[in-house]
Amino acid sequence: MVEHGDIRVVHCGGSKINFRDPVITHDSRFLLCASGEAVKVFSTSTEECIHELRGHTGLVTGVLLRPSNHLQVYSSSLDGTLRLWDFTDGILIKTCVIGYPIYSFYASAKHENVIFIVASMPSDKRAERFQLVAVHLPQSGDQMVEAQELSAVLSGVNPNPAAIAFGRGGEFIASVNDLQLEVYFFKKQKSYRFFLKEDNKKGGWNTFTCVACHPKDDCIATGHEDGKIRLWRNFNHKKEYTYSTLHWHHSAVSSLCFTPEGTNLLSGGVESVLIQWRYNQESERDFLPRLGGAITHITVSPDGSLFCTSHSDNKITIIQSCVKVSAVIQGLVKGDSIGTDLMMDPRSKALVLNGKPGHLQFYSLQRDKLLYNLDIVQQEYIHESGLQQFEVVKAAFDASGSWLATVEERHQKAAELELNLKLWAFDEQTQSFVLNTTISAPHDAQITAMCFCQPTDSQTTLLVSTSKDGHFKAWQLATPAHTEGTDDEGPSWLCDFVSAYHGLVPECCSFSADGSLLAVVFQEVVTVWSPSTWELLTTLSQPPGAVSDLCFGRLSCSKYLLGTTASNLLCWNLLTCSLEWTTSMDVRRLVADPLSENMAAFCYQSGSTDLFVFKPSEPRPLFSHKAVCSGKVTQAVFAPREEMLESCEESSQWLNRSQLYFLTQQMDLMTFTTKAEEDRLLVSSKQLVIDDSVAMTPFYLLLGKHRQQQQEHQDSDSSLWAERTALPQTSASMKELLQTPAHVLPSTSYLCSMFVQSLLISVSDAREEKAHAEEEMESEKEEEDSEEEMESSRSKPELAAAAATESDTPALTKAQARELRRVRKLDHSWLAGLLDS
Amino acid sequence: MASFKPTKIQVYPKLGEKVTQDTLYWKNYKAPVQIKEFGAVTSIDFSPVTPHNFAVTAFTRIHIYGPFSQEPVKSFTRFKDTAYCGRFRSDGQLLVAGCEDSVVRLFDVSGKVALRLFKGHTKAVHLTDFTSDRYQILTGSDDYTCRLWDIPNATELTTYTEHTDYIRCGVTSKLNRDLFITGSYDHTVKLFDARVEKSVITMDHGQPVESVLLYPSEGLLVSAGGRHVKVWDLLKGGQPLVSLKNHHKTVTSLALSSNGQRLLSASLDRHVKVYNTTNYKVVHNFDYAASILSLGLAPDDASIVVGMTNSILSIKHRKNQEDSKEIAGQQRRRPSYRVFVKGKNYVPKQDDYLVSKPVKEHLAKYDKQLQRFNVSKALDTALGTYIRFRKPEITVAVIKELDRRGTLKNALAGRDERGLSQLLNFIIGNLVDARFTPVLVTAAEMILDIYQSVIGQSPVVDRQLLRLQDLVKREIEFQKDLLEVLGMLDTMFASSLPRKEVPCSGIGRSNGLTQGEPSTSKPQLQVT
Repeated sequence: MVEHGDIRVVHCGGSKINFRDPVITHDSRFLLCASGEAVKVFSTSTEECIHELRGHTGLVTGVLLRPSNHLQVYSSSLDGTLRLWDFTDGILIKTCVIGYPIYSFYASAKHENVIFIVASMPSDKRAERFQLVAVHLPQSGDQMVEAQELSAVLSGVNPNPAAIAFGRGGEFIASVNDLQLEVYFFKKQKSYRFFLKEDNKKGGWNTFTCVACHPKDDCIATGHEDGKIRLWRNFNHKKEYTYSTLHWHHSAVSSLCFTPEGTNLLSGGVESVLIQWRYNQESERDFLPRLGGAITHITVSPDGSLFCTSHSDNKITIIQSCVKVSAVIQGLVKGDSIGTDLMMDPRSKALVLNGKPGHLQFYSLQRDKLLYNLDIVQQEYIHESGLQQFEVVKAAFDASGSWLATVEERHQKAAELELNLKLWAFDEQTQSFVLNTTISAPHDAQITAMCFCQPTDSQTTLLVSTSKDGHFKAWQLATPAHTEGTDDEGPSWLCDFVSAYHGLVPECCSFSADGSLLAVVFQEVVTVWSPSTWELLTTLSQPPGAVSDLCFGRLSCSKYLLGTTASNLLCWNLLTCSLEWTTSMDVRRLVADPLSENMAAFCYQSGSTDLFVFKPSEPRPLFSHKAVCSGKVTQAVFAPREEMLESCEESSQWLNRSQLYFLTQQMDLMTFTTKAEEDRLLVSSKQLVIDDSVAMTPFYLLLGKHRQQQQEHQDSDSSLWAERTALPQTSASMKELLQTPAHVLPSTSYLCSMFVQSLLISVSDAREEKAHAEEEMESEKEEEDSEEEMESSRSKPELAAAAATESDTPALTKAQARELRRVRKLDHSWLAGLLDS
Repeated sequence: MASFKPTKIQVYPKLGEKVTQDTLYWKNYKAPVQIKEFGAVTSIDFSPVTPHNFAVTAFTRIHIYGPFSQEPVKSFTRFKDTAYCGRFRSDGQLLVAGCEDSVVRLFDVSGKVALRLFKGHTKAVHLTDFTSDRYQILTGSDDYTCRLWDIPNATELTTYTEHTDYIRCGVTSKLNRDLFITGSYDHTVKLFDARVEKSVITMDHGQPVESVLLYPSEGLLVSAGGRHVKVWDLLKGGQPLVSLKNHHKTVTSLALSSNGQRLLSASLDRHVKVYNTTNYKVVHNFDYAASILSLGLAPDDASIVVGMTNSILSIKHRKNQEDSKEIAGQQRRRPSYRVFVKGKNYVPKQDDYLVSKPVKEHLAKYDKQLQRFNVSKALDTALGTYIRFRKPEITVAVIKELDRRGTLKNALAGRDERGLSQLLNFIIGNLVDARFTPVLVTAAEMILDIYQSVIGQSPVVDRQLLRLQDLVKREIEFQKDLLEVLGMLDTMFASSLPRKEVPCSGIGRSNGLTQGEPSTSKPQLQVT
């Protein structure tokens, strides 16, 4: 962009984390997974992303722990490089240039300094021909090295990383492709091939999908398209091989994995059930059902205590020894289509869109984290392809975020359309949405649009839905009419008004900012209604083309109504009921900024999308950006910022209050950032030096140690203590509390409230302060007396120490100090009692 | 790992009337006792003294029934022709009745032969009653006159000839011995005072009056005639208070519930309606098999007695509180209270560490089977006798769920004759229920597809399939008729509603203008 060089279109969060199988580190504390062009390091206990290992310029295709050093990790990428990282610090150690795009790679402890990669060989005539190549890593201290020694091991392999596995400590390598299993023995330098028939009698598919080798035994497990698992034995003789079959899955086995000791075999597939087969007792098996989406990868931690499954809904589940789900790392779920528009939850400021089937996901844009999934359909999801299930197609929030309306539909061939309109009320107590009303079959045909009335002062909430059956209906919250009954039902939603206009199909609807007008588009005609009297006030029409999107102006521009047709952007003035201006452009999406007058229009022009930001009052764009992305943009939303930006440049002022997010045709979430903002982010990220997975707070020291069971040396601990004093939350009282031996402290329940209080910022008016001062004087006197009586030798130096800390940390307020003294007094009396007895 | 989500049972709005206190009260009657009389039952009168026997006048007889007997305790048969209006005196000792032969007879309740005969009317006497001083009798006749008679010497005291048509109903005041009210087919209700020898108040009902009723306070009068029930305020000189039109045939009889809070009206349209006397809204409705001619309500609403044109007397007794309790006790011995509170009332001490037990989620049997993908078994469970008859919505919900899972065909297939006929029975019973139709039509189609090949092998199934075909055919006819009616209504509404001006046109013109001058309004949205 020549003109607006400081505004950039950037990808925003939500990259895939289920692309390749994740890796759990030796101490089971971290989980590494490939995510776009980076490797993400997650904590297995807190589910937080700790580092992002960035450096690759292509899609990362694999992550593997270095067999010789378990604190280092290799990653491969389509950019043709292997990189070695220190994942605890997030430092790139070495880059090894291979020169070919790497699709997957393997390493074994037996083959030191050799990496086996799967790459497509451009020398081959055929388009897609993959080879397994052994790469000898050059031993040099340089940051950047180039691998020269390449030797082909197997050709015609499957690029899927699940299709190749090392067997029994790296003695052989097994590879499957289509209907062929190939086993290559390194010692004999010889490979055996085993073939299966294309189709067996029952019509199942014999195609191999994945392979896993027993770590101790000569046994290869293969998964197949028809859901069978075959265990191959005796494969070092060409003729005498045998296999046994396990069958539970009803569709393809997508992943197989042996536990490190080889006692169990784990398998998973579309059914989303993790199955644990006992090795050699295959009739016994354990199930872990309903894990989420289809299982794509299974990995086991090196000590065998944690299992980890990746799912097709961009999720990684961490399971403790096949019984309990201990953590879920969930990325933004991006389906094939977003039926619901992008929306902002007014309460949590989270982005809301379709998530898992039948769910709405709440995604925090600031933290790049999925907050939660709201189950809309509330039905058991059947993991079977080709099944028509309920889909959430529309959703709308009201202005305050206390109501959510959703529409789900299930369309079956030869059967009627099933539609449900559900209204959810926000429950303050549980802090989530609770189903209030279900309206089955609210319309005869699909609902095309839905919106809430957004008056600021009125108590009544109104929802308008338009449908392909030619009607639009208004729904209103009403208390049940029969109040005589004893059943204690709360208010529910009832249909208030139904209307149609000449049998035309309403396409979209919109309320004006003050809620006094409702505009409903009936193809070419815009009808304006008064929601209070349900009177048709006026009709606006602009003959060529049906109006597809409608938007009222806001704030100072609230007298304008904007509409888009296939070729025009129209602006009506509602005071004169006439067309104010029009311009010819193919607007695909029109969004209004809720905090300003600005509007953003995404126009599709010759294969790419342009953005125009303008005010309805003046038909000149404030900002324009050509070729934002290729393809059409149909979903966009303005997200209010947490804090306002102070940008003075005219072109970027529209980004001051809110940020514009949009979804491209490839389902990538993009946003616009200014240069100033990026600079600030960069600075803040540099400041943020994380020394461990969990932030160092006093709570962490109290509780975190027990949970993590990490072996921290005492000296490092003490150094941490020194560091900790610098943290702003720390005060002397807290420190003292934490350092005093537990057996001389009063009970925890007594201390707890004080501890919490000391964390609060105390606000007290002058009057109270005076009273406190008086009290204090008295108590001090008493204290002196008591001290004389006690003759406690211990307390005096402690007092002095306390005074010292007080002097150098002025954060300790008077009230706190007094509290502390009171504790100490209490402590003494108790001690005295002990001494007396 | 999410837990299994149970099948969602659709909650349907409750059809029929809403359950109110009144419904509960008026439903609390036993099944009616039906007694065949010799002719149409024209009058029912309860004795004012215990044990509240009641006199039933039908054809040429008057039967007196005890409160619990199904046989008449007494019958008077010495009528030459059809008897009318057998009424008790306030002490329950004497009974008076009119007759088609114009003679009024007075009986002792314990005797058999008439004590007195009052002769003087020239036509059938339809109204007889005792005055409140017990010594006089009021009669009204088809000869347009009503007369007062002295009981001891059986002489006529006064004759009133103000009505101009048959006098068919009337009532005497319980508080004043001189006041009585008569209703006539000349559409009027007249209040007479024996002291002034002429009517004091005349009220125009508008239809031939079939029945009149005085409130216990005697301030309000209720008259029934035609389809109307009207309430008059006597203290305001016969001012009409309310007019009720809830029946669609002539209202024949009125009764007041013993506490005066509810008014009952019986009609030829075979309904008895109960009104609230404060707002005169219908609060309950009884249906009977034939047109009702007479209605009686025992003191304390202990029984409702209805006489019909098909000469059936229907007696409904109120359920006893003790009875219902006893039955409930016999039905089931519930576990004692202790079992339920076992361990629940333990209050943890301060230092106790609470280990919460995971709440075991209860799943219905069909849900458990669905969880294991045992689809046929789940459908079998949902078709169990209790669920099938009492909660068809559960069966339908399971069928819907199976359909959603795409396994409905598997679940429906492979049934033997018994299973299939059970299934078909359910479908026949519920297919035309608008709430279930969309789901059951799919299931029915699938059944026809699956069992196409075995049609003709079992007479039971074949008969049911024919029934199903018949049912569907009839339903389609109904729907067609309904659509026709809807169309008619639409045209009627469209023609009756005032024509509304659509406020637009002007804008359309201005839009046309803007096209004419595009250069001024067209902005320059250009990207450089």
